[in-house]
Order: sequence, then C-alpha cells, then structure tokens
Amino acid sequence: MNDDVYIIGAGIHPFGRTDGRSGRDQGVFAVRQALADAGIEWPDVEFAYGGSAAAGSADIMVNELGLTSVPFINVANGCATGGSALTAARNAIAAGACDIALAVGFDKHPRGAFNAKPSDYGLPEWYGETGMMLTTQFFALKIQRYMALHGISRRTLGLVAEKAFRNGTLCDHAWRRSPVDLDAILNAPMINDPLTKYMFCSPAEGAVALLLASSKKVRELGADAVRIASVAFRTRPEGSFEVFAPSISVNGGGKPTEIASKAAFEMAGIGPEDVSVAQLQDTESGAEIMHMAENGFCADGEQEQWLAEGWSEIGGKLPINTDGGCLACGEPIGASGLRQVYENTVQLRGRGGERQVPNGPKVGYSHVYGAPGLSAVAILER
Amino acid sequence: MSALAPIAPGLWTDEAEPRPIGARRADGEIVFPVPGGDAAALVEPVALSRKGTLWSWTTQGFEPKEPYSGPQPFQPFLIGYVELPAEVIVETRIVDATAADLVIGMPMEFTIVPFDDSRATYAFRPERQP
Repeated sequence: MNDDVYIIGAGIHPFGRTDGRSGRDQGVFAVRQALADAGIEWPDVEFAYGGSAAAGSADIMVNELGLTSVPFINVANGCATGGSALTAARNAIAAGACDIALAVGFDKHPRGAFNAKPSDYGLPEWYGETGMMLTTQFFALKIQRYMALHGISRRTLGLVAEKAFRNGTLCDHAWRRSPVDLDAILNAPMINDPLTKYMFCSPAEGAVALLLASSKKVRELGADAVRIASVAFRTRPEGSFEVFAPSISVNGGGKPTEIASKAAFEMAGIGPEDVSVAQLQDTESGAEIMHMAENGFCADGEQEQWLAEGWSEIGGKLPINTDGGCLACGEPIGASGLRQVYENTVQLRGRGGERQVPNGPKVGYSHVYGAPGLSAVAILER
Repeated sequence: MSALAPIAPGLWTDEAEPRPIGARRADGEIVFPVPGGDAAALVEPVALSRKGTLWSWTTQGFEPKEPYSGPQPFQPFLIGYVELPAEVIVETRIVDATAADLVIGMPMEFTIVPFDDSRATYAFRPERQP
C-alpha cells in the first residue's frame, strides 16, 4: 500500500449554461486543462474513472483525448458520481495499480428542478404522482424542523445565500456572478417554505477533472501537489432522514454525513478545528447550515452566531464555500462534488486570486450530499 | 367521495374513519407504505393511528414535473410529516390549513381527500376540536 496520493492537476469547465457544447465536451475541456496544469500528456494517464448523471458515458472521451488503450471505468452513482470517481482513482494509486489516474465528472441538465422516477428509487408511482417526490421539498422539510428545534432564523438562511453570491462574483468558474442583497433574497418568491428562489441552487452544466499521482510520480515531475489526506464515502444508516422518504423512523438514527465526516477525520488523523477552508453541500441555504453541524464544525444552533459574525466568510475563522458553492455555481450532478475538491486544491495552492483564503490555508475539507442519502468527504492537506 | 378510487390499493383501511396502513418489519420497526415486491413477504401489515403530531411541513408553490399528475390548473399545496406516536413518521399532504396555521407539534388527524376527478388520496389535517 502506498497511502500517499496527491492531486497534481486540476481543470474545470466554467459552470452554468454553455449552449452548443455537450456535457462530455465540457469534460474533455476540463481534462485538457488538468493535463496542462500537471504538465503531463494524455498518454501518461494510466487509469481513468468518470461519469455524469445525465450527459452520457465518460469513457467516450477517449475519442477526443486519444485512443491510448487506457482502462476507463464509467461511474454512475448519482450525486456521488464525482466522489466515487475520486475514491476509486485514489484507491487505484494507493493499491499500487498505477502512478497517475484521472477522476472526471461532467453534466448538463435541463432547466428546473430535477424530476426523479419513483421506480428508480424503489418507490411506488403514487408517491411521484401526488407531488411528494421532489428534492427541494426534502431540504425545506429538514430545515423547517431544524430551525424550530435549534433557533435558526430566516435571516440566517438569507445570509448564507448572500455570501454565496458575493463569493461567486470573485470566482471565474461560478455561474452567478452578480451579488444579490439580503432583502431581495428574503423577499423572492417562495419555492418551498422557508426557502425562497435565491436560497436554492439550480441544475446546471459544468465539468471538473482531477489528476492524481503517487508520491514517486510527484517527485519525478516536481509537481505543485496537494495531498489527499482522506476520502470517505458512506450511504445512509438505519433510521436516518433522507430525500425521497415516504416515512421516517420514530426512533431516530444516524446521518450519512456524520458517518462519512468522522471516518474522513479519523483517516486523516485530524479534527474539525484543524480545517482552514471547507466546501459543504449547499443545495440550498439550509443545507449549508445543517451540514456545518453534521460535519462537526459547530454545535446545532451556533450557526446563527456564525453567520451574524461572518465566521464563514472568506476572511473568517472557517471560510465555507469560497467559490460560491452550489448556490452560485449551480449543480451539474456528476461534476459538483469534484468542483468542491477543485476549489480546495486552488485554495491550498494559493491560486485563489480575489477569493484566496488568507494566511496560506493548509487543510481543505469538502463534503457532498445527495439522493438517496449518501455523503462523500475528502480532506486535502498542503 | 365514495365514487373516487384510491390512488393506490392498500394505503388506508376501508372503514368509517380510515387509518393509514403501514408494515411492521421483523425487527419491530414500522414503515409506510407497505413495501412491494419480495420485501412484502418479510413484513406484517398493520393499521396505524389516525392521530399524530406535525413533525415538519412545507409549501409546494410550483408545479412539479412528471410524474406529478395533479389536476390542471396547478394549485399550490402543503406537505409535511406527521409523527404517529410510537409508530412511524409519515409523509403526507396537509389539507384544511394554510402555512400560517401550521406549528410543529400541533395535533393532526388522518383524512381521505379527492386528488383529481377520479381518484382519492390520503392527507392529514389539523385535528378538529370536538
């Protein structure tokens, strides 16, 4: 086993809407950028993992990138597609199967909320027919209860969105590049109470590619590398409350995010207090708030003070979603989790430009959550 | 309302005051609805309580995409979860209330409501004081 695996190249196709360019072509764009960043060529890549949720198979990219006979495994794992590709690429190098591997994710979704098919999730048709199978409802139902139990205000939901759009103005891969003020956010049309239009991210397009390498290869190349201290990917435990749940246990239960987070911290041998910058799943404003606690960065209810004091701003004690997160970047499912890792790579290399976290961040934490109840956490160290 | 067919069989009991039908697993945990397929053989159907308390709620202000098949034009509706004590927390439509009426923890009761011209579905409403 060679546990030291590094990111040596990172590429991104700007998120948002790119008419006339397929999701897969956006993936090719990101791979080429990552190759240039790492200073290597496509034939140097020994193993590849990638996928999308709605834009086709990743392995077809070899038509554009080159027919090098590289083993290319398509990953189709919903919201965890990117996280699964990263986990697999990391493990391939850790296992000694190769020295350079690619993890790539891309997507291109139609406008409007995702429409899920009940049978794909083992659910009866009436559940979808009666209008209960919407991811947006789940997040609203979860934050509505959380706010009542832990004293989180609507204003705090608004502050999360305001921060996201402000960070997005500083980020060249973000989709939403204009600030939105707090009153506009709070007074926008209600989508699912308590969440207004500006508090939700939208399905979008985009692609991210990460090139991973062994320590041997990092030395050979003299690469500007960031170490992957840990990756942990977990599905839901008994009794948890997840998206697309016609019923929930009265006995309560664990949360996939808490379990993945604990595993990632344990594997990295550090704790939440050691993290200098975090990218947390912010499907909507409330998700960022709840995920701050589920990932161990604060206690339930403390988010009210965190947002009021600006502690999660780029200059704060723990900057969160420095590129504007899903709220400003949109959510191309296959690429979204890798975007978070991309952003941490940028931050740890000190290449964040206007959005750079000050004082040389050393530890970057990323967390993706998705249907039907899974979380993937990656911790990077400089 | 008796002319309306249930949106699916086996969701509620056929009696004067219908109750939701859940399923008890071998480990004692209750789920709703009764699972289909091979999992159905591993559970015991059980009529659940008609009354519970509001666990969470939200509004549905925009028309969902397919497979939503509600009547046209779209009418916004309320949904939520109702906790049936010591049984299970059930996702449900909420009727006979506005968002302003809803408070987590308030008493709720089960009812059958029209879904469209031909079908009925289940819902919960704030409990009516006798």
